[in-house]
Amino acid sequence: MSTFSESATTALALIVSFDTGLWTVVGRSLAVSATACAIACGIGLVAGAWLAVARFAGRDAVLTVLNTLLALPSVVVGLLVYLMLSRTGPLGFLGWMFSFKAMVLAQVVLVVPVVTALTRQAVEDAERSHGEQLRSLGAHTALRGLLLAWDERYALLTVLIASFGRAISEVGAVMIVGGNIDGFTRVMTTAIALETSKGDLPLALALGLILLAVVLLLNALISALRRWRERLDGGVAAPAAVLAS
Amino acid sequence: MKRDAFDGAPVPSPLHDAPAARQQASGADSPLLFDLDRVCVRLGPVLALQDVSVRLRHGERVALVGANGCGKSTMLRLLNGLLQPAGGRIVRDAAARQALLFQRPYMLRTTARNNIALGLWMGGLGWADAKRRAVQALDRVGMAGLAGRNAKTLSGGQQQRLALARAWAASPDVLLLDEPTASLDPRAKHDVETLVAEFTTGALADGARRGPVSLVFASHNLGQVKRLATRVIYLEQGRVLADLPVDQFFNGPLLQSQYPAAHLFVKGELP
Repeated sequence: MSTFSESATTALALIVSFDTGLWTVVGRSLAVSATACAIACGIGLVAGAWLAVARFAGRDAVLTVLNTLLALPSVVVGLLVYLMLSRTGPLGFLGWMFSFKAMVLAQVVLVVPVVTALTRQAVEDAERSHGEQLRSLGAHTALRGLLLAWDERYALLTVLIASFGRAISEVGAVMIVGGNIDGFTRVMTTAIALETSKGDLPLALALGLILLAVVLLLNALISALRRWRERLDGGVAAPAAVLAS
Repeated sequence: MKRDAFDGAPVPSPLHDAPAARQQASGADSPLLFDLDRVCVRLGPVLALQDVSVRLRHGERVALVGANGCGKSTMLRLLNGLLQPAGGRIVRDAAARQALLFQRPYMLRTTARNNIALGLWMGGLGWADAKRRAVQALDRVGMAGLAGRNAKTLSGGQQQRLALARAWAASPDVLLLDEPTASLDPRAKHDVETLVAEFTTGALADGARRGPVSLVFASHNLGQVKRLATRVIYLEQGRVLADLPVDQFFNGPLLQSQYPAAHLFVKGELP
């Protein structure tokens, strides 16, 4: 219990003292994960929406692989990206190893399946309910996917939260491809791992608390945004009988 | 909005006639709109339509009646091209524009105006023209004041009128309605029904329109069937059991003598 209270005090002290090192690490963590999420959402939202409405041979197999990738261990992703970016790897010429870009790439690989699978599920539910009506209006497959994804945009904010949570909380991949270099590639999770291994548990726990607080704040903001927009746009579908004028 | 046909691909149209001929069409001699010959439709393991042979002509107002699960909605989806027959043959007038309205119309999370414009845009109209046409359509159904409202916030009756406006804007030759007033209160029912009647009789016509619109609708409301239809098709377990002009369906002795199941349905005495 004393460790927790000591950690809380340390965390508070670090925050109020505006410790430059701490805020640099926090900023880097947010930058890496936000960039990775933006790229992953660009890919995953489109791929998920398309997978939700498209019907083709082998679709079930693709979905099974996609769902399996949800459980992809971050260290395995780190290892794969490491092999790709290493000097002798196929992307070695980029010279990204132990850099910000390498960490972003690893997190993109980690998060794309999450965004794709969750988007696919949300849009497929909408397709089942409303796809026929859009088809009767003349919407082809790709347009249907995009329209339904746009219409489910508030539900997809949850996907954004989940993917960001997955990205910012992982440690294995960024540790392997980033190298946890102080001042360059050290992020919250790798810093926590380092302080723990050094035995400085209060500092590690303090960093953990700050990480949690940051994620909590972001989630609260996105949830508030979602509720606000839903209220404005009538996002909660009421039964027609209730809606009848 | 759909220009037809099998799986979205245009088909040769032996039914096609000049538009001028369709303008005045309303009787037995009018051109064919749909020709179904021993059509079967399978929905998973269920045979939803069996050996359905029906000819529908331009200008007709046809009601599909029958118990839940008898195949009314399947028939409408088949006519619209959303479903394909597992057997038999269907020929649609490839030049006839269709609009299908569902019991609970789907509105995108945008303004009423944009919902109509998007429907037109998907049908191939430019966005600027689509928006202009959408405003006209909203005006026609008395919803001009709600053009900027998010469609999801409209009541059920307003959404159904909006769906009708979306259909009207596309100038269809045939309107397919799947129980359009089933979940509405009496006032909203009346409003929608009035609009459908004006729509199909040509009262909503403007300078660009071609007059009366054919109507095929599914309904459990027999009063509505009497008011809107000129012909009634009674379905049971995917089969057409009776196909009669509306006055004979409700009043003539033919129904009782030759179509006892349909007669019992009309009397509300089916087990």
